[in-house]
Amino acid sequence: MKKRIVKKHPLAIRWFHWINFPVLTVMIWSGLLIYWANDVYKLGWNDKTLLKFFPQSFYDALHIPFKLSTGMAFHFFFMWFFFLNGLLYVLYTIFSGEWRYLLPNRHSFKEAWQVVLHDLHIRKTAPPQDKYNAAQRIAYSSIVVMGMGSVITGLAIYKPVQFHLLCAMCGGYEAARIEHFILTLGYALFFLVHVGQVILAGWNNFQAMVTGFEVEKYEDLAPAAEPESIMLPEASELVKTIEAVEPTETIELAESSEQIETTETTEPPQA
Amino acid sequence: MKTPPNIDTTGNQSVEREIKRRTIISFSVFFICLAIGGILFFKLYNQPQSASSVQPTLRKALNADDKIFSLFFSKKNETRSFKKENAVKNVRVNGDVGMDGVLDTTWRLKVARKPGDTLVLTLADIKALPKTEIVFDFKCVEGWSQVTWWGGVRFSDFMEKYNLAPQMSMKYVGMITPDQAYYVGNDMPSMLQPQTLLCYEMNGKPLPQDQGYPLRLIIPVKYGIKHLKRIGVMYFSNDKPKDYWAEQGYDYYAGL
Repeated sequence: MKKRIVKKHPLAIRWFHWINFPVLTVMIWSGLLIYWANDVYKLGWNDKTLLKFFPQSFYDALHIPFKLSTGMAFHFFFMWFFFLNGLLYVLYTIFSGEWRYLLPNRHSFKEAWQVVLHDLHIRKTAPPQDKYNAAQRIAYSSIVVMGMGSVITGLAIYKPVQFHLLCAMCGGYEAARIEHFILTLGYALFFLVHVGQVILAGWNNFQAMVTGFEVEKYEDLAPAAEPESIMLPEASELVKTIEAVEPTETIELAESSEQIETTETTEPPQA
Repeated sequence: MKTPPNIDTTGNQSVEREIKRRTIISFSVFFICLAIGGILFFKLYNQPQSASSVQPTLRKALNADDKIFSLFFSKKNETRSFKKENAVKNVRVNGDVGMDGVLDTTWRLKVARKPGDTLVLTLADIKALPKTEIVFDFKCVEGWSQVTWWGGVRFSDFMEKYNLAPQMSMKYVGMITPDQAYYVGNDMPSMLQPQTLLCYEMNGKPLPQDQGYPLRLIIPVKYGIKHLKRIGVMYFSNDKPKDYWAEQGYDYYAGL
């Protein structure tokens, strides 16, 4: 067995990821300081409470009480870092072509289920994947949508009169506050699953988010491998490949020239 | 990042070395950045708090936020109006600073037009002006809100009737309770927004004592902390008037 270095995460994405983590932590912590001042949410019905957000012990453990003004001051400072980092990340994925690894495609929802079954040891094989599997594609895209949701609902709570259209879009002031809160619970849930999966995936996968590369073991069957083959093709090359085999193009062509047989158009592209 | 090295077909040692080298460099940079970030954060957190009860850097950030978001302010943006039936009967009383004792008809509103030139008005003088009512979702900085119904005179109407045009060109309006325990400053554009009232009625009846009898401010484009109860003195200034909750570490603008 030999080892080789395989490029995985571009430098920019690693920066966005590791900036986002502490910034989001500060946003959630300062958000808790704000929420504490009017902590009315609970899971339950009528006067039956299953889970109160949050139990006193939770506040005590995190030293939350009586810091509403501190919470607001931190929240309204770090919101800029959260917003700008997220915006740059989205722009980067668009312009670098990384979005092709990240956005779910038409197979992702079916495959994501198979991934879940595989992770739960119910299914033996996992579906084939690129950099991210289908469940990751859905999760990592959802988290971006959630981030946008936090910005929109946050603005609706922050300036409900000046941004009254945004506020109305969220279903009103109180609804926006609830949505903002639920999104935050979503981050906490994402964090738990994400960290759990990273631990299960192991060191090689984790360190790639810091170093950018993964170490791949392989059987040295060929006497000399081509140097180019040791790394994944650059994103731009992949883009070209994907465009070349994009089935929609074939269909469009077929529609414009009526005489082509239907079997040709439905045939899957050969990768 | 440089491109990966060629595979060493004779042995794996150079690849191992490269992996080690890159891992060490990346993690060193990672932990250095983490340490710098951590130090910066705790430096910020532990900054000695200024007279305004908040870290000076955060106060600067709050003031910058105010500047940025006041760009979006328009008098045309009004807070949503509700029907009178939707107004709650039990209006929450959340603060009692500046509310010691009971006021009666000997109360007067003192409007400091200029230093040494004070206009003194009775409640009857204010009630003689055209009345405006508003039912809106009153929002507290703590996070709760309540649909409430208020009546009084539009601040802009009041300013016009008493020929306070020169004062209207100033940047801020300050208000102080008769006992001087509570005080707020509001920017003039927000004060002149058509929903801002010098308010003497709640739910169609005279204001209760604990809601600021005889006269309070209702300024729907601000959080409740800015709706001063029991106006004693009103004055005008180009500098920020002192503000009770801003001194406690809250955002001065507190605009919605």
